[in-house]
Amino acid sequence: MDLNTVLTVSSARSRDDLAALGPTVVPLAGGSDLFGEPQTHLTGLVDLQTLGWEPLTVTADGLDIAATCTIAELSRLPEAIGLAAHPLFFQCAAALYGSFKIWNVATVGGNLCASLPAGPMTALAGALDGEVLLWRADGSDERLRAVDFVTGNQANRLEPGDVLRSIFLPGSTLVSRTAFRRIALSPLGRSGTLLIGRADADGGFVLTVTAGTVHPVQLRYDSAPSASALARDIAAIDSWFTDAHGAADWRRAVSGVLGEEIRAELAQGQSNPGYSWEDARDEVRA
Amino acid sequence: MRLAVNGSPVEAPAAPGQCLRSFLREHEHFEVKKGCDTGDCGACSVLVDGTPVHSCVFPAFRAEDTDVTTAAGLGLPGTLAPVQQRFVDAGGFQCGFCTPGMVITASTLTEHDHDDLPRLLKGNLCRCTGYRSIADAIRGTHTPADGSACAPVGTPVDAPAATLGRVIRTGKVGTSLRAPASERIVSGQEPYTLDVAVPGLTHLSVLRSPHAHARIRSIDTREADALPGVHAVLSHADSPATLYSTGRHEDRLDDPDDTLVFDRVLRFRGQRVAAVVADTVAIAEAACRLISVEYELLPAVFDPAEALLPGAALVHGDKNAAESRLADPGRNLVAELHGEYGDLEAGLVEATRLVTGDWQTQRVAHTQLETHATIGWLEDDRLVLRTSSQVPFLVHREICRLFDLDPAGVRVFTARVGGGFGGKQEILTEDVVTLAVLKTGRPVQYEFSRTDELTAAPLRHPMRVKVTLGATDEGRLTALKVGVLSDTGAYGNHGPGVMFHGTSESVSLYSVPNKRVDAQSVYTNNLPSGAFRGYGLGQVIFGIESAVDDLARDLGMNPFDLRRLNCVGPTDPLVVTQVEGDDLIFGSYGLDQCLDLAQAALARGNGVAAPDGPEWQIGEGMATAMIATMPPRGHFAHASVTLEPTGRYTVRVGTAEFGNGTTTVHAQLAATALVIDPGLIDILHSDTDASGYDTGAYGSAGVVVAGKAVLRAATLLAEKLRAGTAGPAPVSAEADEYGARRSVAFNVQAFRVAVSTLTGEVRILQSIQAADAGVVMNPDQCRGQIEGGVAQAIGSSLFEEVILDGVGRVTTSVLRNYHIPLLADLPVTEVYFAETTDALGPLGAKSMSESPYNPVAPALANAVRDAIGIRPYELPMSRDRIWRLMHPGA
Repeated sequence: MDLNTVLTVSSARSRDDLAALGPTVVPLAGGSDLFGEPQTHLTGLVDLQTLGWEPLTVTADGLDIAATCTIAELSRLPEAIGLAAHPLFFQCAAALYGSFKIWNVATVGGNLCASLPAGPMTALAGALDGEVLLWRADGSDERLRAVDFVTGNQANRLEPGDVLRSIFLPGSTLVSRTAFRRIALSPLGRSGTLLIGRADADGGFVLTVTAGTVHPVQLRYDSAPSASALARDIAAIDSWFTDAHGAADWRRAVSGVLGEEIRAELAQGQSNPGYSWEDARDEVRA
Repeated sequence: MRLAVNGSPVEAPAAPGQCLRSFLREHEHFEVKKGCDTGDCGACSVLVDGTPVHSCVFPAFRAEDTDVTTAAGLGLPGTLAPVQQRFVDAGGFQCGFCTPGMVITASTLTEHDHDDLPRLLKGNLCRCTGYRSIADAIRGTHTPADGSACAPVGTPVDAPAATLGRVIRTGKVGTSLRAPASERIVSGQEPYTLDVAVPGLTHLSVLRSPHAHARIRSIDTREADALPGVHAVLSHADSPATLYSTGRHEDRLDDPDDTLVFDRVLRFRGQRVAAVVADTVAIAEAACRLISVEYELLPAVFDPAEALLPGAALVHGDKNAAESRLADPGRNLVAELHGEYGDLEAGLVEATRLVTGDWQTQRVAHTQLETHATIGWLEDDRLVLRTSSQVPFLVHREICRLFDLDPAGVRVFTARVGGGFGGKQEILTEDVVTLAVLKTGRPVQYEFSRTDELTAAPLRHPMRVKVTLGATDEGRLTALKVGVLSDTGAYGNHGPGVMFHGTSESVSLYSVPNKRVDAQSVYTNNLPSGAFRGYGLGQVIFGIESAVDDLARDLGMNPFDLRRLNCVGPTDPLVVTQVEGDDLIFGSYGLDQCLDLAQAALARGNGVAAPDGPEWQIGEGMATAMIATMPPRGHFAHASVTLEPTGRYTVRVGTAEFGNGTTTVHAQLAATALVIDPGLIDILHSDTDASGYDTGAYGSAGVVVAGKAVLRAATLLAEKLRAGTAGPAPVSAEADEYGARRSVAFNVQAFRVAVSTLTGEVRILQSIQAADAGVVMNPDQCRGQIEGGVAQAIGSSLFEEVILDGVGRVTTSVLRNYHIPLLADLPVTEVYFAETTDALGPLGAKSMSESPYNPVAPALANAVRDAIGIRPYELPMSRDRIWRLMHPGA
C-alpha cells in the first residue's frame, strides 16, 4: 500500500549513509513487510538494496547471507554433496506465508527483522546455529546468536538506527542432517508451529521451536534424547501463545507430536556420511 | 522516473512511499486491481522484467528502467494469449476481479509446475469459483462434474447420468455459453467500480471510532480544515437528521431506521466519526489525523445474552421503538419471533427419542475481492453515483429520501461488481459520498480498505442455535423446537430479516406435527452484522441438521433415510410456526433425487484413500437444505428487449452482475426466445437511467425474477417480429415480473473425511453436492456457483473467523489473519443435478446461488462426528478446536 507519510527515500551507498536512520526513518529491503501494513509513524526510508551486498558468500567457515538476499535467491541455493541441511532452504522458504511472488522481493534479513513468531528465516537461522551481524547506530558491530535475535512477537535486539547486516550459517551445521515439520490451521497457512531438528556429526541433537512460541526456543542435547525426555522438554516450554493462527494449548500439543516425528526421523536416518564443510563448500561455490 | 508498461514508455514521478500498484492505476492501468493492499490476495500481480510480484508491496521507485507487464500486456480481446484463452474456455472466473492477477501468475507457470499449483497459487485468492475451474484453466484440462480424473479439453467424457457431461455452447438455455465479458475480464479490460479516470477527482477518508460506545463531546476540525488540499471536513454537524438503515430491501420498512450518516453517538469501534474530502488520499488521511475529538465513554455490552439482561448498557436506548421499528430498544431487542404450531409439549411427551444441543456460529466476512467503493459527481446538476452495489435501485431510492432529492435528479449505476455475497446489499459508501459531493460540488471517490471490510463492514450474523428434537422409535419426528439468539451488532441492518429467514426454510423442511420457534435479534456494541449468502439459513441449518444427524445415530438409522422419512414432500404444507403463505409453492420437487444422487456418489466413493497412520479416523456425513427461490413480499424486475436498426438486440434489465452470471443467462434466455445468436445481444444493466427497475441482485433473484422478465420481454418481441406488424427497427417489447409466487430449491451435501486425532486436522477425502436447480440454464456456470458456494462454506466451516477481543475490537484485520480458502484448501466437489422442471421459474429454472452454501457446515460436522465420535458444536471446526474436543483438559 502507499506509505503516504513517507516523504523521503534515500539510497544507501555506504555505511555512512545509514546515519539517516532513526525512530521515523527505517531501512527498506524488499518492502513486502513495510509496504504490507500502515506505517503512519514513518517519514523516511533508507534503501539497503543500493548497498550492493553480495547475497550469498561461501566462506572458509560457512555461508554468509546478506540481509538483503531474497528468499528466492536463498531457495535456489544449489544442492551439493555433503550439504545435508540443504533441504531446509526450500522448506523454510515454502513455510513463508507469502507466495513465491513474495519470495522474489522479500529478504532473509527482512523476515528476521519483522520478527513474527512464524518467520521461517528466523527458524532457519536459529536451527543452524546461525549468527547475526548487527551494525549498531554508533558504528560498532555486534554478533549475536540468531536464536537470541528475536525476543518476542515482533520484537528483536535492534534499536532505532541499527541495521541487520548479515546472517552467518556455520559450515559445521550445514553438513548436519536435519528434519523439518510444521503445521498450521490450514494446509499452507501461516505456521502455527514450526520445528527443525538437527543431528550433528558429534552426535549432538538440537531441536529449534518457532511459530508456536513468541520467540525461538532451542532444546540442545549431547546425544539424541529419548522420546519421553524430548516430550517432557517440549511440554516444559512456557512461551506458547494464542492468536488467529492457533491456540496455545494446541500449539504445545502438536509441537510434541511433531518433535517426536523429528526425533524418530533423525534416529532412523543413516549416520552422517562423514562429509565436512571443507568437502561441501567447493561444490557450493561452483 | 521512466519505465515501460506493456511495451509503452511511461515517464512520471513516483511518490517516495508509493507502491507500484497505485502508480500503475494512476496511469490508467486499471487492469491492476487492489484486493487487499497487503501482498496477500494477488489481484495486483504484475511482471517486473519478467518476474512476478505483488505490485501493492513493490516500491514504485524500484520500477525505474524496468519493463512492467500487466494482464493487458499478455493479450487483449481478439488477440488473447493462450493462457488467457484457457481461462475463457474453462470459465476460470466468476466476478473476474482476481482474474488479471491470476492470469499474470499463471503466465509464469509451465507444465512442470502443474503438480505444484497449491503452493504456486497460494498468493492468488479467488472468492467465487472454488478454484477447480482455475486449475483447469491453468492445466488446460476439463475436470468432469463427477470429479473423476481430468481429461484434456475437447475430449468427450463418459460421465454418469445426471452429471454435466460434455460442455456444449450453442448459446441456448441448457448449454454452457461463456460469460459475455470473458475476453475483457481475462485481459483486465472489463471496468469495475473504480476503473475509470474522472477529471478533478477528490478522495474521501474516514476517521473511525476508537471506542465501542461513546458520545462525541466536542470535535475540533480547524487544523484539518486548514491543511492545503482539503475541501471539506464532515461530521455530525453536517449530517442529515433522517434515520435510515444501511441494509436495503424492496420494502424499506424491513430494516430498522437506526443509523445516521454521522452520529454523535458511536456504538462500535470503527463507526464513522468524521470524514475529510481532499485532493489526494494522502492529504485526506493526514487531515483525519489532525481532527481532535473529545469522547465521553459510555458503558458497553458485547455478549448478546447479557445485552438482554436488566441493567445492560443500551445500544439504542435513545430510539423510539415505533419510529425505528424496534421490538424493544429498552432491552436491546431489535426483533423477535415466538410461535408454535401444533402442541410442542405433546410432541415431546409422545417422543421416545430426544435429541438436544446448543450450536454456535462465528462471524464470517464476505471477502468479495472488490471492496466497497463509490465515485460520485454532479452532471448537469444531477447527482451521479457509480457504486459497487448489488442494489443500485434501492440505493437510489434511499439516497433520495435521506437527502431529500428529486429522484429524477439522481442516477445510480454499477459497472461490473467484483463480488458481493450479500455484503453489497448495504449503503456503506454512497451516503457519505453523496454528502461530500453535495457539500463540495466536486467528484468524490471513497474506497474501503480491506481492513475497513474486516473491521467495520457488516459481517455474517453470529448465532446461538438451540435445537430439541423428539421422535418415535421408528424415526418419525414428533417435535421440533428451535431457539435462536442472533447478535446483530451495533446496528439493526438485516437483523430482523436474517432472523426470520434463518428460521424459515430450515424449519419448514421437516414435516413435524409440533414445532416451536423462539428467536431474538439483539443489539450489542460489536461491529454490525448484515446480509450474507444464505441469509441466516446456514446458521440455523447448522444446528438443525446436526441434531437430525444425532437422532439418526440414536436410532441407528441411515441419515439419508431419516430425511426421506421426515422431510416435506411435494404435497405437504410448508410450516414454520404456521402454514406459510399461498405465495410459496412447490413449483417442482427434487429433494428425493438429490438424496439419491448424493447417497449413490458417497457409496461409489472416489478412490481417494485416507492418509496412512492409526491417528487418522474416517467418517461420512451429510446434510440437507431447502431455500425459497426468491425473497418474500415482492421482488420486482422490469426488462425490455429491443431490435436495433443495426440488427443487434439490446436487453435492458436492472439487476447487477457481480459474478453470479446473470448476464450470461439473460443473454441465453433472450437468444432462446428470439432464436438468435447470443453474440447479437448487448445487455445494459444496473443503471437507474438506462435499465428498467430491479429490486436488486439478492435473494438469488437474478434468474428467477429478472431472468423471467427478460424472457417474457424477449418472447413478446419475438411475437411482434414474427407477426410482421412491428414496422421498422427499433422495435421493443417490455415485461415485468413481480415475484408474487415463489418455489423451493433443494441442496444435499455429503462428505467423507479423515480426521487426525493427534492434530485435529480435517482432511476432506470426498465432497459431493446434489442440487435441485430446476432446468439448468447454463450447466458450467451453475456448476461454478455450486462449487463456489461449497468452497465459501468450507471456509466458514474449517478456517474463517473474524475474532473480537471481547470488547469489540477486531484482531483479524488483514487477510493474512483472516484465512479464506486457497486452492490448497479445497477438494474438487462432485456436482450432480436433479432433473426437475419448475412451474414458476423461466423455462423451468430455479435459483442456485445462495443455497449451495447452506448444507455444507453441518454435513462436514456430521462427518467429523462420525470420524471421531465427538460432536462439534462450534464453528469454525479449526484444527485447534477439533483437537481440543478429543483432548479435553490437555
